[in-house]
Amino acid sequence: MNTRKSLKAALLGVSLAVIAASGASAKTLVYCSEGSPEGFDTALYTAGTTFDASSKPLYNRLVEFKRGTTEVQPGLAESWDVSEDGLEYTFHLREGVKFHTTSFFTPTRELNADDVIFSFERQLDSSSPWYEYTPGAAWEYFNGMSMPDLIKEIVKVDDYTVKFVLNRPEAPMIANLAMDFASILSKEYADTLDASGTKEMLNQEPVGTGPFSFVAYQKDAVIRYAAFADYWDGKQPIDDLVFAITPDAAVRLQKLKAGECHVMPYPAPADIASIQADDSLSIEEQQGLNVGYLAYNTQMAPFDKPEVRKALNHAINKQAILDAVFQGSGIAAKNPIPPTMWSYNKAVEDDAFDPELAKKMLADAGVENLSMKIWAMPVQRPYNPNARRMAEVLQADFAEVGVEVEIVSYEWGEYLSRSKDKDRDGAVLLGWTGDNGDPDNFLAVLLGCDGVGGSNRAQWCNDEFEALIQKAKVVSDKAERTKLYEEAQVVFKREAPWATIAHSTVFMPMSSKVSGYVMDPLGGHWFDGVDIAE
Amino acid sequence: MFRFLIGRLGLLIPTFFGVTLVAFSFIRLLPGDPLDLLAGERGIDPERKAQLMAQMGFDQPLWHQYFDYLIDIFHGDLGISFASKKPVLTEFLTLFPATVELALCAIILAVCLGIPAGIFAAVKRGSVTDQAIMGTALVGYSMPIFWWGLLLIILFSGILQWTPVSGRIGILYYFPQGTGFMLIDSLMSGQKGAFTSAVSHLVLPSIVLATIPLAVIARQTRSAMLEVLGEDYVRTARAKGLSPFRVVGLHALRNALIPVVTTIGLQVGVLLAGAILTETIFSWPGIGKWLVDSISRRDYFVVQGGLLLIAGIIMLVNLIVDLLYGLINPRIRHN
Repeated sequence: MNTRKSLKAALLGVSLAVIAASGASAKTLVYCSEGSPEGFDTALYTAGTTFDASSKPLYNRLVEFKRGTTEVQPGLAESWDVSEDGLEYTFHLREGVKFHTTSFFTPTRELNADDVIFSFERQLDSSSPWYEYTPGAAWEYFNGMSMPDLIKEIVKVDDYTVKFVLNRPEAPMIANLAMDFASILSKEYADTLDASGTKEMLNQEPVGTGPFSFVAYQKDAVIRYAAFADYWDGKQPIDDLVFAITPDAAVRLQKLKAGECHVMPYPAPADIASIQADDSLSIEEQQGLNVGYLAYNTQMAPFDKPEVRKALNHAINKQAILDAVFQGSGIAAKNPIPPTMWSYNKAVEDDAFDPELAKKMLADAGVENLSMKIWAMPVQRPYNPNARRMAEVLQADFAEVGVEVEIVSYEWGEYLSRSKDKDRDGAVLLGWTGDNGDPDNFLAVLLGCDGVGGSNRAQWCNDEFEALIQKAKVVSDKAERTKLYEEAQVVFKREAPWATIAHSTVFMPMSSKVSGYVMDPLGGHWFDGVDIAE
Repeated sequence: MFRFLIGRLGLLIPTFFGVTLVAFSFIRLLPGDPLDLLAGERGIDPERKAQLMAQMGFDQPLWHQYFDYLIDIFHGDLGISFASKKPVLTEFLTLFPATVELALCAIILAVCLGIPAGIFAAVKRGSVTDQAIMGTALVGYSMPIFWWGLLLIILFSGILQWTPVSGRIGILYYFPQGTGFMLIDSLMSGQKGAFTSAVSHLVLPSIVLATIPLAVIARQTRSAMLEVLGEDYVRTARAKGLSPFRVVGLHALRNALIPVVTTIGLQVGVLLAGAILTETIFSWPGIGKWLVDSISRRDYFVVQGGLLLIAGIIMLVNLIVDLLYGLINPRIRHN
């Protein structure tokens, strides 16, 4: 064992002993998480489980989502200015922000512009020594949000001012910077790791500015954090935060009931009623920022006719789907964006369940003896807990109007890739969970012309719709953007490239001793501000 | 005995190559690749994907990848996990002690209860006791592990509150991982109550994992004992006036143990397979769950490396069993 490792082990031992000794008085909150994080460098990953364990407790971003909303508020940047042409975003950093002191790193300076530039350039610049610091570093989200095309350069104006210069105006830019991949890491720590030839530790032993600092992680078992005493926004009410990794939902509930943990995510829908009836537990609920849909292939006859798609939408009994598939934990969807998102058009009327009307519309469109395929996903997702069952309900509904349905499925990776194909035969069940609370993240990604042959599974490119969403992308006035997106939803409903099925409801059971927990519409789990009665 | 040992070791070489080939092909036969699965609904830019695939060597012809894999194995390199970015061997060594600890407790439980139960059933052949033991064994053998585990948790942890629900030790105890065996680490930590907590966490998963091996061992012991009890030398021993305990315990049992020892050896595979479910239910950080997660993520190197290591361990245990078999029955090593 070398000196550094010995010192580390000794420090860890001492700190653990101190914590153990003070265990009686320390307030510990135990969260029964559903899985292990893949790593702790958030920008490398896309899974919510990884974000919950890394970006949320450990890091901050320049801007943050205001808890419980998708509104953006200052984070590590106290304020920001956007140039008239929408091409320059200048961030003024908060002064006096400290990085965590841990058993493996002691920072010598506070946060400054170098940390911000380092955090983004390692994802942007392929010549950066950190671009491929670990095998398979794909920077999925950074690329997925088109940041390499969008960002022209990032400039250090002074120690506390950073300017992002864009190639084109992009209204959702600020919301993008509140996402997990935009977490700010310590450049000083990265340099230390680089010097010692242990770059990979950036992903294993994280150092951030967040409300909790990293203590220890044992794969598939437990992650330990300690409240960061010098947190710029004040120390947390709890002293220790522990993630007890518990993959099975029924076991998580038993642990919650037995007092082995205080908060659990993702209860089984069948358990909700018993949790509500238990006095020692409380349960919070919120509409998820997601949508489950059936995407027709609008480039293939007869689904290239809006009236055929519209007719099929009238044949769908959404209530039956909510009962059979969501078991009460969902609401019917009429728009492609969820009702919790700004610009949701309440005035749009859903296609009523009316098999007779559907039959008539099909006959008027000259469609007879139609047979089609419905693709059912092989996995469970928040927006669709049981795609096979959903496909069966749709099969029965369509049979009522004389449309014969064959249900097909593929392995998940295969499913995602084949469903992008423009020549795909059949309508695809799929969905989306919002990343940044901006309508552009749904409407442009899932229904924009650029997405045809990719994430636009309906292969739908409508000039009127496209003009509206492209305009909304570059306009910075929110009221005007709202109007444009509302109009876009009207066009969507008229043209019916999808049958919008449902938005799921997310439940969060917890001990009644827990207070201050606020649910995140974006699906994350945050523990800053949470307290527990002794 | 030496020739017997060499013969057995010689058999390991083709088996080893067979395992590498199966492990290599198995994960590649499954459709989908790690990058598509990682990207999910968002997708990945085809150019970037091709670049990453090349970086990991997945653009090479399969035979080339296989030989690279073999060469790496001989250099002790099992690759890097695509998800965690850590070396496969490091992850395996971190998680394996948890699986071994659980499997050892389960097999000890299965042997300690299974062999006496089998002997008892054989001695009392046809009685109500025999039928009760064999009936219970059949139920145990047929029990779906997932359901059985949850049932025990609900009863003993939920209703009676005798045992903790899941995990390896109470959440408030913690100390750096030493040997990886929680019973030993908790003893060495010196923290009051840590060892008791570790033991209490082992009870339910051990019972669940031991259930099927216990049933198999009990049934195997019974039938082996029945065969031996009918032999002439047992009748002679009885005629000599030896006590029933000496007849059964010394004369009959030693011969009956030969097939039982083989069965116990074969249970190692059953235990590792059962560990996948048991570890998931009891949030036990072992290799079973690690491997299943890696298959669903198409984490090629973890699946290849993990399967190879597990197969290696099973081969080793079977070799030891073969040697024990030779010790118990000299006729085998001479043949």
